[in-house]
Amino acid sequence: MGRASRGRAPAAGLVLVAILLAPVQAEIKSGTEFLSPELQRQQADEARNPAFFWVEQGRELFSRKPTPDAQACITCHAEPQQSLRGTATRYPQVDAASGRLLNLEGRIEQCRVERQGQPPFGYETPELLSLTAYVASLSRGLPLDVRTDGPAKPFYEAGKTLFERRQGQLNLSCTQCHDGLVGQKLRGDTISQGVGTAFPAYRLEWNDVGSLHRRLRACSLGVRATQFDYGAPEYLALELYLAARAKGLPVETPGIRR
Amino acid sequence: MLPALLLVGAVLAAAGAPAAVALEPYTVVGDAIPGPLGGLAGDPARGEGLLRDRERGNCLICHNGADPSEPFQGTIGPPLAGVGARLDAGQIRLRLVDASLLNPQTVMPPYFRTENLHDVAPAYRGKPALSAQEIEDVVSYLASLRTP
Ligand code: HEC
Ligand code: HEC
Repeated sequence: MGRASRGRAPAAGLVLVAILLAPVQAEIKSGTEFLSPELQRQQADEARNPAFFWVEQGRELFSRKPTPDAQACITCHAEPQQSLRGTATRYPQVDAASGRLLNLEGRIEQCRVERQGQPPFGYETPELLSLTAYVASLSRGLPLDVRTDGPAKPFYEAGKTLFERRQGQLNLSCTQCHDGLVGQKLRGDTISQGVGTAFPAYRLEWNDVGSLHRRLRACSLGVRATQFDYGAPEYLALELYLAARAKGLPVETPGIRR
Repeated sequence: MLPALLLVGAVLAAAGAPAAVALEPYTVVGDAIPGPLGGLAGDPARGEGLLRDRERGNCLICHNGADPSEPFQGTIGPPLAGVGARLDAGQIRLRLVDASLLNPQTVMPPYFRTENLHDVAPAYRGKPALSAQEIEDVVSYLASLRTP
């Protein structure tokens, strides 16, 4: 009974599995892999990643009552480290009651309005960014796993169509850059596969944390296309398509980007 | 495989988009637009500025090679150093006006076209990315780049 040979067999099996999976796995990478090693280190280091400040703010807001007689998030979501671990991997998702596609921001706003009886924070407010970054950070390292079937299917299809359609005065599609030109330089940026797994993220160009929709608005502007509103159906559908493309990649929020 | 003579209905293109400006018509011969747009003469110095100008041509976002002094140039399109030795002015003009006439899948944006575009931002709607004069300026600059 050769221990050594038994030990080798699974290893060979793993290599084979790796080869079989390679085309799929090699295809989509996190935007982090296109950052400089220094920025990658900074992102991973909680003490040096400025976006963790937003996560901290979010953690505080999560436990704070918005008004003395309203409930805090933590009243419904006790032990968020466990109860909300993995939540972000399943967004955007279709809200069963309304049939609308909700991203994490949308779900947080829904809780705020319907369960806490408060006015919505609004996209890109420090409060919504912090809460989104905090809730997403509870899924750090877990693989993205959005539904694209059933009620989600039309949204997924719409997102795919938008991703593949040329747009703007410069007449470019998302796929031309984020599939066709991956690794190439656009001025100082290295083009990635354009997955949003690190958002909300701290972007050096913004000197601030911003949502995925803010990043998408920057790409739209880049090709001189209509910038849809934050939370617009177009960006929600794209967000679902991006998440489906990134299926299996870990949530990295809060990230750092150039 | 280009029809020898293709009258591109740039003017017709304006139909449907009410605010569109009428584009100077041009004639495609082979893979070139031999005649200057609107019969205008280009100024190479202005053309050089347009290549760099991030609000106008912004060509260096994708191309490198024409201007070594500029930091952060793109690697997406072919290097433009020596482009004037590879292509004549008419060939360069066609590639700027609408490179999709040669390659429907091209990444090179159409700088002198207003039709068949989707979701153009309001500020740019109905206008070409570069005017006829600007195209001629850029063409005259690129045609002068003869050393690779
Ligand atoms: C002309 C090229 C170009 C086009 C077209 C384009 N992008 Fe981008 N995009 C970039 C560049 C450059 C970046 C910054 C570097 C990077 O992360 O890829 C970027 C970043 C992103 C990111 C952030 C990735 C990360 O990990 O930080 C997302 C998401 C994205 N793009 C999605 C899209 C979508 C969706 C579209 C179409 C609506 C689109 N892009 C169109 C060039 C483009
Ligand atoms: C979004 C990227 C992008 C931008 C912006 C861009 N180009 Fe291009 N350009 C390309 C690509 C890609 C090609 C190759 C086209 C093809 O093979 O279909 C190309 C081709 C060309 C060619 C033909 C070169 C050859 O050797 O055949 C010229 C000339 C050119 N571009 C000039 C310009 C000028 C001038 C500008 C700005 C006014 C510009 N480009 C902006 C991507 C770009």
